[in-house]
Amino acid sequence: MKNIVVCMKQVLDPEAPLSLFKIDPEAKRAILPKATPPVISPFDENALEAALKIKDSQPAKVTVISLGKKLSRAVVRAPLAAGADELILLEDDLFDEFNTLLTAHALSSAIRNLGQYDLILCGIQAADTNAGQVGIGIASILDIPFITFARKVELIGNTVRVEKVLPHGFAVIEAPAPAVVSTSYEAGELREPGVEAFMSASKKPVTVMNAQQLGMTTVPASPVSFRKMYQLNRERKCEIITGSSPSEKVDRLMSVLQQAKVL
Amino acid sequence: MSINKGILVFCEFSGDSLTSLTLELIGAGSRLAKSLDEELSAVLIGDNAGRYAQEAISSGVSKVYVIEDPLFKESLCEPYLIALNKVIHQISPSIILLGQTTLGRDLAPCLAFHLNTVATMDCVGLELDPSSRRLLMTRPVYGGNAEVIQICETDPQIVTVRAKSFDPAIQDGSRQGEIIRIPAEIDPQQLRTKMISVHTESQAGVKLEEARVVVAGGRGIGSADGFKQLGELAGILNGAVGATRPPCDKKWIADSQQIGLTGKIVSPDLYFAVGLSGASQHLSGCYTSRIIVAINKDPEANIFKAAHYGIVDDWKNIVPLLISRLKEVAVHNK
Repeated sequence: MKNIVVCMKQVLDPEAPLSLFKIDPEAKRAILPKATPPVISPFDENALEAALKIKDSQPAKVTVISLGKKLSRAVVRAPLAAGADELILLEDDLFDEFNTLLTAHALSSAIRNLGQYDLILCGIQAADTNAGQVGIGIASILDIPFITFARKVELIGNTVRVEKVLPHGFAVIEAPAPAVVSTSYEAGELREPGVEAFMSASKKPVTVMNAQQLGMTTVPASPVSFRKMYQLNRERKCEIITGSSPSEKVDRLMSVLQQAKVL
Repeated sequence: MSINKGILVFCEFSGDSLTSLTLELIGAGSRLAKSLDEELSAVLIGDNAGRYAQEAISSGVSKVYVIEDPLFKESLCEPYLIALNKVIHQISPSIILLGQTTLGRDLAPCLAFHLNTVATMDCVGLELDPSSRRLLMTRPVYGGNAEVIQICETDPQIVTVRAKSFDPAIQDGSRQGEIIRIPAEIDPQQLRTKMISVHTESQAGVKLEEARVVVAGGRGIGSADGFKQLGELAGILNGAVGATRPPCDKKWIADSQQIGLTGKIVSPDLYFAVGLSGASQHLSGCYTSRIIVAINKDPEANIFKAAHYGIVDDWKNIVPLLISRLKEVAVHNK
């Protein structure tokens, strides 16, 4: 049986109304709005879907690892309902979603503790930090190969085979297992929970560990410090082009665009 | 204090020249090199990469390191890491600039972790902190809803830069520079990732990221046939068709055309947002376009808060007319 690990992060809902989005300039972080619960980063849902597709075709155990200061239990269980087998929660006040080095080290420790792993999947980047470094960091710390931008992932014997998205098409790349693969959105949307998986989700094992239990006696300090974080004002004064008929509107639009020299 | 000095630009090329993003990196690097009074170097890695060295020098680079070997492939980061490390060991730069590209997105983090630091990804602004002389790096976070300005306290400062964030370097053929060749000496046996095959998927027309005009549709387009009409509009303008997530999920259009936080980030001169609501996740992928035109029958749609110009109407009334008018103009201009 193959052991697949999926790293999934809880983030501020990227689809939440912009009016609810606020930055705390002191903390240099977004304020978690009470009205919108966090969600699993959509990129990591693609990673879980890739894992479940492998599990569809061969015997495999899918272990989901989430890391955070405080994880919403309601959100964190969703992967189990979708079909993952086990959940490991890494929770500690020391954790900071913007400390990439720390996150990669903590996840690597948790994966190492599993003993057996053939494939580690993660999203191409998190929906909050937008950096896309943690997966590559895990590969580097565990000294195993990595492949990014996967739209298709297969485990064939001891080989990880990936279709990697390129600007002009895709490449088929292989690496010996274990390897880290990060998935792009082309890997597919996460399936809806099946009735059976949904019902059994509450019976699936959940392990909670803190930094000390992970064996992290020293916490890597981030080499990066934030000077300032600020909200971007994305409101524009839109000029509505009016007219008594569609034809009039199109004519006016054409002349506006010609004046702006974009036509 | 660190003893690292100088700026190193990792160059990418395509066809006969350096990529436009590489020229932007050299442009940004030159400015920083001048302010810091340090040297600007570049590294060219790839099969026959040396032929781009002169262009790098004309763009303002004083030393170009060239590592050539046919085994370098855009899709495989591993050999690039080995080659780039050689140059870094030799010159110990304080700043390393890469593009936020397929290769840069792999290479910067793995180089950083290799050196026990982290990279700063997808920067849209680079300034020097007047007191510490370190880079103040601006990058979007929270899907582009906010920006952070950050400093990396240790050397090298590894940065990837988003396309079109900086002015490209200005070419001057009279500039002089030094070309230093370094042997690759990479044993293919030591590489763990192997490329089996490359497949070119010919997207009809212009590539989304490079298009000057993008016509994007949302849920309101309603069908694959609707996207064909957007394709016709894009075709006349020599542009590309894009989409929000729902049309991709519904298979009205290829996944590769998704624009937004979970898709591609584009910044064309002209962006048509047709039958789409303007969710924040989509705006993250197109907000920096020079002119955004929204066409939506719902006057309350959020896209009218992000667009420069808007038409409140059913796109089915507007797009066909726009197509025929543009055709008239095209004929007139012939």
